[in-house]
Amino acid sequence: MPVHSKLEKFEDNWCTSMGGWSPEGKVVLRGKDVFKDLSDSSWMEYLLFASTGKESSKIARLMEGMWVICTSFPDPRIWNNRVSALAGTARSTGALAAAASVAVTEATLYGLKPIKGATDFLYRADKRLAEGETLEQIIKTELKQFRSVYGYGRPLVSGDERVEPMMDFARSIGCGEGKYIKLAFAVAEYLSASRFKYEINIAAVCAGLLADEGLKPMEFYHMATLAFTAGAMPCFIDALDQQEGCFFPLRTSRLNFTGDETVKHWRV
Amino acid sequence: MSDNPIEKITTKIWRETPELDNPFAAASCYCGGYDIYGDILKNASYIDYLYLLFKQQQPTPEQSALLQGLAIALANPGPRDHSVRAAMSAGVGGSTHASAIIAATAVGAGNLGGAREVFHALEYWQQCQTSLKAWQQLIKQPPQPAREDVWLPMEHTPGFDPNGVSCPTPVKQTLTYLADIGQGTHLHWLNNQRTELEAFAGCPLAFSGVAAAALYDLDFLPEQAEMLFLLLRLPGAAVHSLEQERLGWRKYPFFANGFKLNP
Repeated sequence: MPVHSKLEKFEDNWCTSMGGWSPEGKVVLRGKDVFKDLSDSSWMEYLLFASTGKESSKIARLMEGMWVICTSFPDPRIWNNRVSALAGTARSTGALAAAASVAVTEATLYGLKPIKGATDFLYRADKRLAEGETLEQIIKTELKQFRSVYGYGRPLVSGDERVEPMMDFARSIGCGEGKYIKLAFAVAEYLSASRFKYEINIAAVCAGLLADEGLKPMEFYHMATLAFTAGAMPCFIDALDQQEGCFFPLRTSRLNFTGDETVKHWRV
Repeated sequence: MSDNPIEKITTKIWRETPELDNPFAAASCYCGGYDIYGDILKNASYIDYLYLLFKQQQPTPEQSALLQGLAIALANPGPRDHSVRAAMSAGVGGSTHASAIIAATAVGAGNLGGAREVFHALEYWQQCQTSLKAWQQLIKQPPQPAREDVWLPMEHTPGFDPNGVSCPTPVKQTLTYLADIGQGTHLHWLNNQRTELEAFAGCPLAFSGVAAAALYDLDFLPEQAEMLFLLLRLPGAAVHSLEQERLGWRKYPFFANGFKLNP
């Protein structure tokens, strides 16, 4: 019988321009020699180049500001951090805690989905504005289709305390005046006056600032993936430093059982 | 004590009573009304308990047999599978055992042969049921996401293997067996219409497609099916990871000659 798998030509054959290591001791990233061309880079510049191919100390600095101001509150009640705190109290390892927290950060209410979604929305909105639609039409369509606009509204509280310090930082390095950040705030103005009363959250602000620097949704998503670890790690350490098992213990009466309490017997 | 109302976990799945000497320890646990340690432990199989957890009711003998068969079929995707390779990559480097499971879960979660594919395949079943015409139309014009998500759009028809040639024997064996024991409509229909569907998809049926039909016959929601598929494939990842940990990295492919960096 003839063999004709589509995979055959890929056997022991991974061709790439992204980079790699050679046993001779050379390391290449996107065509650059890591030891010769990139060794002076800051870690954020290196991550930016690795994730997007962009070389920009300005974007790296902006991104670093975002990571500090916006993404790493050391509060163990926040769900992604709580995972690390639970890992600490259950005496797991720091890497497992961080891995789980990073994975959990790919959330709908916060984290990576709004980050990617808000960037995507601003690009789509800008395109449709250029095609002649009004901002009101665009927002109404978005709400009708998805019942929400990524980057607007927030659980627990309505406002977002990060917006002002983030914008102050952005302006301090020469950002914050581009068309996408202006669009982000124009959407905010409409939504806060609407019956939804949604206020802008930090995802739309960061999306606008980075779209103005040319970052696409996927690029921002890749860059932001590790951004939350500086919030998770202290929560892990804090729980580790305290008595094992003592992080918000729950007594059985803390279960609010809403099902049928009738006891049944298994039919054998 | 604070005057604030006590925050609680709301659940329809699980009920506990406390030990008399310790309110933080359960004396009895009930799932779907069944006493887990007083009744289920002695009288139910593991598969029945798994069904009970998801559905909060005892499975029929047919449902139990179907889930049991599916669990066996999925338990070890084998050491060439992406998710198992992820787990073994943890093993050979001496990583934590939990990281091997995290690795297998992360890789086995995806659109290609993974749990997300099962999720989407369930959505196809919900939409098309047993209408060949509806399947043909949906495969021809798959749903397009209206906005970007962290999940990338499917690059092939969910439940089918874009890199396959013909339907592998174990997939056919599993489909035939499960269709027979489960007595479910959708597995039967899939077994009868497989070649037509494969022609629409342009590639053969995969394990993910059989799993989706089985879980649809078991009345699982797409998200329940996604979760269960993740769980059921972990045993193989665990044992292969442990084996490679013992054997060490020297006996595990590094693809030393297969890596080609473009100039």
